[in-house]
Amino acid sequence: MTATPHVLTDSATMLRRNLRHALRYPSMTVVSIGMPVLLLLLFVGVFGGALGEGVGATAREGGYIDYIAPGIILMAVTSGCLSVSVAVSVDMTAGITARFRTMPIARSAILTGHVAGTMIQTVASTLLVVLVAVAMGFRPHAGPLDWLLVSALLLALVFALTWLAVGLGLVAKNPEGASNSPLLIQFLPFLGSAIVPTGTMPDGVRWFAEYQPFTPITETVRGLLTGTPIGHDGWTSAAWCTVIALAGYLWSRWLFDRDPSR
Amino acid sequence: MENTPAQTAIQAVGLRKSYGDTVVLDGIDLEVARGTIFALLGPNGAGKTTTVQILSTLIGADGGDVRVAGRDPAADPDGVRRAIGVTGQYSAVDDLLTGRENLILMADLYRLGRAEGRRVADALLERFGLAEAARRTAATYSGGMRRRLDLAMTLVGGPRIIFLDEPTTGLDPRSRRTMWDIIRGLAADGVTIFLTTQYLEEADRLADRIAVLDRGRLVAEGTADELKRLVPGGHVLLRFAGPDALDAAARALGDAVRDDAELTLQVPSDGGVRSLRALLARLEEVAVEPEGLSVHLPDLDDVFLALTGRPDDAKAAVR
Ligand SMILES: Nc1ncnc2c1ncn2[C@@H]1O[C@H](COP(=O)(O)OP(=O)(O)OP(=O)(O)O)[C@@H](O)[C@H]1O
Ligand SMILES: [Mg+2]
Repeated sequence: MTATPHVLTDSATMLRRNLRHALRYPSMTVVSIGMPVLLLLLFVGVFGGALGEGVGATAREGGYIDYIAPGIILMAVTSGCLSVSVAVSVDMTAGITARFRTMPIARSAILTGHVAGTMIQTVASTLLVVLVAVAMGFRPHAGPLDWLLVSALLLALVFALTWLAVGLGLVAKNPEGASNSPLLIQFLPFLGSAIVPTGTMPDGVRWFAEYQPFTPITETVRGLLTGTPIGHDGWTSAAWCTVIALAGYLWSRWLFDRDPSR
Repeated sequence: MENTPAQTAIQAVGLRKSYGDTVVLDGIDLEVARGTIFALLGPNGAGKTTTVQILSTLIGADGGDVRVAGRDPAADPDGVRRAIGVTGQYSAVDDLLTGRENLILMADLYRLGRAEGRRVADALLERFGLAEAARRTAATYSGGMRRRLDLAMTLVGGPRIIFLDEPTTGLDPRSRRTMWDIIRGLAADGVTIFLTTQYLEEADRLADRIAVLDRGRLVAEGTADELKRLVPGGHVLLRFAGPDALDAAARALGDAVRDDAELTLQVPSDGGVRSLRALLARLEEVAVEPEGLSVHLPDLDDVFLALTGRPDDAKAAVR
């Protein structure tokens, strides 16, 4: 008899534990909702006038919020996913993981529980940010199929980034380290087309912006929601998500399955 | 002590482990009979935790043959895990959950079922004096309460072999005694207990057999009485005001160990009133009055001195 049949039960138990943590200490969730909302207020309410003129060429009649909302939604996704790094690192550095490792449970459940919990939280926080954007005047004109595609793409991104963030949490020496390394990723949407079109950037930055994963993903989400052209950004986005998911998953599993004494 | 495999709960032959160039376990042989309490005694850095981690499937060994509950932790870790419970040296409770939620988490992972899990959790809370604190998060617990919750979590699955890594280090004397009672109670139920400790007294009070670990080697193994026979008796430490007094006393007392820097004499003694009186009488005869006097009874320091030829510095600092 192996532990394999218990993967689902054990993962569900771990998921319950992580959701309970999140409900009891919602500070991470609050930050991952609060930051995008704050940025939305800042960029639309404060800089909106100037930036809106800057993107005038690409922005449609909806104004600057229609340009920026997809980028802000991606930030909500990113910051939601990346919060798992700290949770994983806290678990790894506290004795509780050592306890789990000496119990007859499906080991993968420890990570699966984190990933599932973070995905649920991120979906919820992203939905909230979408609602806030709509309340502030964001008017997507997307059909049901567009919404479905956006949801699928965002879910794939959530899955991929969460596994990547789990890996970052596992390599970190302590929770402080785990809260720092994801900041770089969190910053990536800014160095893409989230706030302003890449065409407006200086050469070096533009080159980076055009080839990093968040630009095609931003363009795809924006295209699906507001009707701007997508081109092959859709397929590029799907490819990026697949690569990040696979790399993040394999890396995390390898880090976790290593002998902790190495 | 010869046991048939069926009577042996834990067995290790030639267990080795290194971290880089540091040899942590240098060929250790252990045998723990079922239903007994076994104490692994050693100072900081001896390799106690490493031994527990290998036996409990947490880390791999570099060499040696290990059987826990008749299974090889390297080849059949889940088989071992089904038989054991581990309370590590450092707290392994979930700080963000309440005491009761921690226990129910364990019950769920052991798949006891909802009703049974709650019954077991409540029974353990009662038994470990945590019923009052059951609905507070573990982060608010005192050191003693955490330790008890930690052990209670270990018991949820009904393990037949329990590893306790320094279960009483950092506890006050009363909590320590409570922990001892709990451990004895478990042994009375037929559970095999493998514990590590830095305190000879603890090993003495609890264990059927004791192994002394020093820098990755076992330097002695036996019952508490057998070990104590290896240790010389206690001594009296006399401190003098100046070198002249020290000289005079050393001449009068013969077989004493003298420390000129500290101005002390260490005189073998059983620490009894009668021998102390005789000792002081002898000093009185040569008209020397010691400035200070302290009685030392055999403890881990002496075991170490006797077994390894050097004092146990680390432990002296702890006391
Ligand atoms: N992960 C590790 N990497 C390198 N060295 C290690 C590691 N873990 C333990 N050691 C070393 O192995 C030796 C034994 O450590 P161990 O924790 O087993 O001792 P211990 O007897 O449990 O000590 P203590 O009483 O302090 O808990 C120590 O010298 C320690 O520095
Ligand atoms: Mg230790």
